[in-house]
Amino acid sequence: MTTETSKNSDELRPNFFKKWLTILGPFLGLALVILFFAVLTGSPEKYLSPFNIRIVLSQTVIVAIGAIGMTMIIIGGGIDLSVGSTIALSGVVTALCINTGINPIFAVLIGILVGAVVGFINGLAITGLRVVPFIATLGMLGVARGVAKWFANQQPVNVESTWVNELVVTVPNPSWILVAPGVWITVILAILMAIVLRNTVFGRRVFVIGSNEAAARACGISTDKLKVWIYSLAGLFFGLAGVMQMSRLRQGDPTVAVGTELDIIAAVVIGGGSLNGGQGTILGAMIGALIMAFLRNGCQQMGWANYVQEIIIGTIIVAAVAVDQLRSRKL
Amino acid sequence: MYLYLCKFVLKILQASFQKTMPILELNSIKKKFGATIALDEVDLSLNKGEIHALIGENGAGKSTLMNVLSGVFRADSGSMELKGKPYFPLNTLDARKNGIALIHQELSLAPHLSVTENILMGLESSRFGWLDRKSLNQQALEVLKNFQHSDIHPETIVGNLPIAAQQVVEICRAIAARAEIILMDEPTSSLQRNDVQHLFTLIRKLSNDGISIIYISHFLEEIREIADSFTVLRDGKSIVTGNLDEVTDDFLISKMVGRSVENLFPHRTNKKIGDTILEVKNLSVPPILKSANFELKRGEILGIAGLMGSGRSEMVRAIYGLNKADSGKILVSGTAVSAHGGTPAKRLLQGLGYLSEDRKGEGLALTLSIADNLTVTRFSSCAQFGWLNLSDQKLQSEALIKEIGIRTPTVTNSVSRLSGGNQQKVAIGRIIHQNADILLLDEPTRGIDIGSKVQVYEMIAKLAEEGKAILMISSYLPELFGMCDRLAVMSRGQLSEALPITDWTAEKIMQTAIGK
Repeated sequence: MTTETSKNSDELRPNFFKKWLTILGPFLGLALVILFFAVLTGSPEKYLSPFNIRIVLSQTVIVAIGAIGMTMIIIGGGIDLSVGSTIALSGVVTALCINTGINPIFAVLIGILVGAVVGFINGLAITGLRVVPFIATLGMLGVARGVAKWFANQQPVNVESTWVNELVVTVPNPSWILVAPGVWITVILAILMAIVLRNTVFGRRVFVIGSNEAAARACGISTDKLKVWIYSLAGLFFGLAGVMQMSRLRQGDPTVAVGTELDIIAAVVIGGGSLNGGQGTILGAMIGALIMAFLRNGCQQMGWANYVQEIIIGTIIVAAVAVDQLRSRKL
Repeated sequence: MYLYLCKFVLKILQASFQKTMPILELNSIKKKFGATIALDEVDLSLNKGEIHALIGENGAGKSTLMNVLSGVFRADSGSMELKGKPYFPLNTLDARKNGIALIHQELSLAPHLSVTENILMGLESSRFGWLDRKSLNQQALEVLKNFQHSDIHPETIVGNLPIAAQQVVEICRAIAARAEIILMDEPTSSLQRNDVQHLFTLIRKLSNDGISIIYISHFLEEIREIADSFTVLRDGKSIVTGNLDEVTDDFLISKMVGRSVENLFPHRTNKKIGDTILEVKNLSVPPILKSANFELKRGEILGIAGLMGSGRSEMVRAIYGLNKADSGKILVSGTAVSAHGGTPAKRLLQGLGYLSEDRKGEGLALTLSIADNLTVTRFSSCAQFGWLNLSDQKLQSEALIKEIGIRTPTVTNSVSRLSGGNQQKVAIGRIIHQNADILLLDEPTRGIDIGSKVQVYEMIAKLAEEGKAILMISSYLPELFGMCDRLAVMSRGQLSEALPITDWTAEKIMQTAIGK
């Protein structure tokens, strides 16, 4: 053993620096973005005013809730491209249910469940039909969107005014809760999921299956069952994101949220998630979602055209992953 | 007559000149990475047509030295001479131009491309950027012919060739680049036994053609079979060099490990063979495994020898429920369990543990922590109602790594940062944590250094002493003779009768394995 000590000194040194950099990296990015726009807009008081921050936070809710579910899927070595369509579908279903006159709480629950059903079907296609996640969920992207349009009769479903419409408002009522209820729901769910991933047997198994599926099977984990669970559970979050989307628009629009899944994946990846599986954090994904929201908001404040945002966000995604690569190589 | 004599003298002179004048000579090569000294005063000399083995434990600096030679890294100090001239490769291309080619552990071929495209990769001659397929194929065929392998068609897609043929292609690529020195970094690690023999034939052919080989491996039997001379590296230093005929294995091992190895295998003083715990009857897994019958007792180590691909791994995988058994019976502690409908999850509950032969692919979740890897098969030991007690998990893992001798500052480090030997200890540690009664170990010491091998042997012996039943597959006969109580040989899907180890000889095992 003594020979091993000298040989692999790297193996023996705890790398606290690297650990902290992994955690702090996304924070640093967020701070930079905020600083950048605070200076650039020329009026930090306005950019960082409680009102503007409220706007940004409520704009983040949909992507952030989606990112909670997506983080789990990506850690588990999968991907879900059908999120945007799922959001539209569950928004439409929620709106239709509210209009039937049932208690809005049930409408919301049904909307969330719709997401889980979509995820469950994704899981079945991936495990039962042995279709790779990319393709299975790409198919679902079309199917869910189509079903949403069918249910909505190809036009937005207007809803009666209920408390559901107040979930992601900019100025909440009562005002002492400071930010919209949707933001609080996001924060609570994020904390819950972070704990589940870190502290439960289920959570650790998600990491194992993403890190090495063959090893997971050899360790007695029923990988197929676990995958169906992962997609279904993530579907709950996508369903909830759909409810939030409906709440924001105050209608169930079957054509909404096209491409949102890419924003959500970007948030997870900016936050340190690896598409190879086995890696990722909820905190990182939340920061990733915030980075994109602050960027969008900053660009709007500057009066920059939409395409500028798109170029910047695209660059940031690549840069974030490149920095991640560099980090894992250098240290 | 006079002229003839002159020629003769000249020939002798040339020959002796070549003997005394090595084709490659390294003098006190040093290479540092930050604070880590990877190479520290390495000397090496290589003659034309010589097969020189570079041996040493993992991390001894073998691969770094190869990278310095092939231009991947530049040495910090020291000198290299190629054919009497100073040699400082700027990059891999430069090394290749100087006639030095590196063949990696894993085949580095493009599986979707043709044989020609692989052989002439980087050497494609073109006319204004257009490839002339015909002449390229002709060129490749010539190389293959020279190497007496015109049986391989130049237009075949490499991925469709058997591994042995792929190895030919890889070597032909080196030849096509007019390599005079070929560096081979553990070329057999991904090969099956008969392919290894084939590779050795190729290497001898290269040597006869005057090409020198530096052959890296830590399999001593392999080195003895193929190499003429050796250099032992330890902690980045060249410790000893010489001819293989003049030294014993024990000598080489003691130089590699840096301490004398009295005996590689533990003395099992406390041997207590108990009741039969596993019975396998007429197990078959078509198309490979035809029939296997054996009994395994508590406290016993049963060895399974046989060629790779003979069905050894398929047998244990079927027992463990990873492959579907077609027919047969499996009895655990006298109770029949479903042979057909087994899954790893069920087998775990029945007290079976499995060590995969493929540590990276199937054994460990490399990106995850040591603690997660150790406890994954039995999270229940540190969880309640699905909630993990992380500090409990950490404590259990720390106790375990202490027991099995893994040095790491914290069990939260990822497994990928451990050396191969320590990774294997984690994989075995997992079965210990699982507290399995029946351990199915497939090649438990493959690809790990000798120091770690000794520790793995000790772990296995200790488990047997504790009354665990152990089934151990190995391709390394000395290990089977050193460890096992009984041994059975798998030959073309048919498992022989398990006989006491003393009834076997190496010849008898080989005969049985080949099927006489």
